[in-house]
Amino acid sequence: MTPLLDVAEVSKLFPAAGGPGLWARTKRRFSGGPANLPKVYAVDDVSFVIGKGETVGLVGESGCGKSTLVRALTRLIDVSDGTIKLGDRELARKTSRVFARDRDRARIQMVFQDAGESVNPRFTAFHAIADPLRRLRKLRGKALQERVAVVSRQCGLPVELLSRFPHQLSGGQRARVGIARAIAVEPDLLVLDEPTAALDVSVQVVILQLLQRLKHEFGMSYLFVSHDLSVVRLLCDRVLVMYLGKIVESGPAAEVFARPLHPYTQALVAAVPRLNEGAGERLRLSGEPMSPIDPDPHVCRFYGRCPRGMESCKTAMPALRQFGERHVACHFAEEFLPRS
Amino acid sequence: MTSAPAALSVENLCVEFRTRSGIVRALDKVSFSVAKGETVALVGESGSGKSVTAYAVMGILDPAGRVTGGRAMLGGLDLLSANQSQLAKVRGRKMAMIFQSPRTALNPIRQVGRQIADVLIRHGDVTRKAAPAAAIEMLRAVGITDPVRRAKTYPFEMSGGMCQRVMIAIALAAKPSLLIADEPTTGLDVTTQAVIMDLISDLAEKLGMATIFITHDLALAGQRAARIVVMHAGHVVEAAPTRELCANARHPYTAELIAATPDSATSLDALASIPGSLPDLRRTDLPPCRYSERCPRKTERCAQPLPVGPPDAAHTIACWNPLPARAIGAPKVNAA
Amino acid sequence: MTDIVANANTRPAGGAAALFRHARYVIGENPITGLSFGLFLLIVIAAMVGPWIVPYSPLASDTSAALKPPSIAHLFGTDQLGRDIFSRVVAATRLDFAIAILSVALVFLIGGLAGVAAGFFGGWTDRIVSRIADTIMAFPLFVLAMGIVAALGNTVQNIILATAIINFPLYARVARAEANIRREAGFVEAARLSGNSEWRILAFQILPNVFPILVVQMSLTMGYAILNAAGLSFIGLGVRPPTPEWGIMVAEGAANIISGEWWIAFFPGAALMIAVFCFNLLGDGLRDIVDPRRRT
Repeated sequence: MTPLLDVAEVSKLFPAAGGPGLWARTKRRFSGGPANLPKVYAVDDVSFVIGKGETVGLVGESGCGKSTLVRALTRLIDVSDGTIKLGDRELARKTSRVFARDRDRARIQMVFQDAGESVNPRFTAFHAIADPLRRLRKLRGKALQERVAVVSRQCGLPVELLSRFPHQLSGGQRARVGIARAIAVEPDLLVLDEPTAALDVSVQVVILQLLQRLKHEFGMSYLFVSHDLSVVRLLCDRVLVMYLGKIVESGPAAEVFARPLHPYTQALVAAVPRLNEGAGERLRLSGEPMSPIDPDPHVCRFYGRCPRGMESCKTAMPALRQFGERHVACHFAEEFLPRS
Repeated sequence: MTSAPAALSVENLCVEFRTRSGIVRALDKVSFSVAKGETVALVGESGSGKSVTAYAVMGILDPAGRVTGGRAMLGGLDLLSANQSQLAKVRGRKMAMIFQSPRTALNPIRQVGRQIADVLIRHGDVTRKAAPAAAIEMLRAVGITDPVRRAKTYPFEMSGGMCQRVMIAIALAAKPSLLIADEPTTGLDVTTQAVIMDLISDLAEKLGMATIFITHDLALAGQRAARIVVMHAGHVVEAAPTRELCANARHPYTAELIAATPDSATSLDALASIPGSLPDLRRTDLPPCRYSERCPRKTERCAQPLPVGPPDAAHTIACWNPLPARAIGAPKVNAA
Repeated sequence: MTDIVANANTRPAGGAAALFRHARYVIGENPITGLSFGLFLLIVIAAMVGPWIVPYSPLASDTSAALKPPSIAHLFGTDQLGRDIFSRVVAATRLDFAIAILSVALVFLIGGLAGVAAGFFGGWTDRIVSRIADTIMAFPLFVLAMGIVAALGNTVQNIILATAIINFPLYARVARAEANIRREAGFVEAARLSGNSEWRILAFQILPNVFPILVVQMSLTMGYAILNAAGLSFIGLGVRPPTPEWGIMVAEGAANIISGEWWIAFFPGAALMIAVFCFNLLGDGLRDIVDPRRRT
């Protein structure tokens, strides 16, 4: 598969709240010492590839950095380190402000989690869908209206609803507006940030099927961010599992969910409720994740919550190792591999 | 039906909301019961009335809402006709509720240990002096590590899962006989959800507490509840023991809901979507069956008042034309 | 004022009709709001045509009719120079209203924009705007207004300017807070993805959302602005006699209260009070009307 998006060694650090104040920082700067401020490692040295026409899932708990990662990929925020290549084009070096008016801006678009909140309450659905077409395709007047109508129809949004305001639309209709806006400029990569989290199951199915159809029709690649593993399993070819800023496991979705190798993925899969099974004795995670502020680079991030947790986990951070099509960052991954 | 006596039995509960655009008939003749020590899940999509049911039972409906009929019996007391002082005595002691967003339900400027102690003192089981230690015990009981230190923290210093644990500790402080959990894990991570649900199940078992578990997630309900009550547009459409419901759903809506739940499907195309949407509950010409306008199995009979099975039947279906029962091992069904 | 609200929503005709329906509902729900709208209309009419409809010239003195109590001929009585107080009170509406409107419009523009920019961009913009606001807040505001008028000269323009300056922190802070909570909103990020520059987002995404809130603020501070202008005139700064102005009239009549001629100060004072009262109620009503969540 030809790679579309190549993310290499991307990191995003934020200054931690509660660090030294302005005065202390200024003093440190002028005394010549290095400004070693505490940093939150939101995304830490992440690399992965998304192929053309591929759907990749990104899962992890809240606060694991998946939102930061997608905002970095969509160039809404700047990365601290690393490269993001879309085709032959390197995107990470331009600041997000400059990139906003770049010719490749249209190539990465995003569907937001809460469609109610991501559409400006003061504008109609038409305005929302037309905005990217006006700015990035320079469409005006009749051409613009026609294009908006076409995209709405593709997303199953009746044209009569285009004159409505977000609060006059149902949850499913708002989700369709969000999708129509994102695909209006025909992106190569569509990032879907929990697009169905706020929807009822019956509506969720319709929206997922719509996304599936649009992908086949337009040959887009998807990066699908979700905490709902049963949905990820249905929609995605491959899956990335993130924990505290790092990718701990990746591989074909069916395989990862059938036989998770990383203890965190195992706990994640075990926690998914299944209609026809009781809760039973399953793997459970105890405690809270460790602090993302300046974590020790020699300790596995999962140490402390991990049911395996050995001495070696405290002395060496496990690297992401390859097993066939899969990658796992755990010293004990072999134990769970099927014997060949 | 279980032989245990009902901890709570709700009969023909009707609730209306007065709004500026008309009267919303939010609940219509909702009946179900929870046996002592049993966990019953109320399942439905948004607008089905599952939370309104809980609020009506707790007596904390929005001022615009009004109970227009029915009974809710909790140990000989009808909660719906009880006055405020009777309710105040029962609330927190005999029944307690936990909410969807624990962080907003906690007082943001009071240490969590003190908040638990307040509740313990209010219910009179613990002296003022012994309360702090008892609060720490409660924190330990809900599985908070290092409870001595955690008792001194404020809600904003804790994660969502921790706040929910504190809420559970507060709800269970007086060892109520009925716990209503309104979407207790919505917004929490799936791993935290599993742990919190484990905790609720364990404590319910330990205290012999009846639990009403309100959720939109059929898979989670199926995993955690002994019985499931499916609601749609203010009606109870089907109620059955969990295994029976999963294997032998007979109301068309329940069947569609199961088919739409991602867990049971192997591919996206196999998932069914439910056509149509909820009827506008402000309409004055609502059909007797509020699902009939989206229902693929609608017949002429559906214009007649809904069939009502005996309230103690194990499997009740509010439908004139239910799906046929699976032949083998299907228990007797008490529809009309 | 209805025009301002309609513009504030930057919506097509259908939206304006819906807004009108909603406004009718809010007024029906709360008759006090209706009363304030009625009073407001009265004040606007008085300000526009007042000088032409009053029975006497507000400046014409008639010493033979000096210090007459209220009667049919002189509804509010007459003052020391025999001028008709009713005519003066009505004629003064224009000046007081103009000062209030202009000063509020000025601070709306400057304070609102500065605040929105501070809230949206953060960083140095935020620091500068916030510190300016803090500095102004550090003074007793009326004394600051006195100082500004005294330093710049005793003109109507300077009263407007002074009133605007002391109101700056109120607007800047409200606008900053409102812009700040929308800075990371989904629709702002969506606009970035759509290729909008930061300035475009500020102008076309953030402003339309902050605007209605500032309009409410405007109505609430109108009363304060009128009081401030009248206060300045009362102590002899600002508008000079014999121009009819409520503050001066109260000042002129104050001495006569002891000798029993209460009406000279009472009626302009009452007019002032009713105007302030009306603007405050109007603000509460507007807040209900512009809140999109309350509209269905």
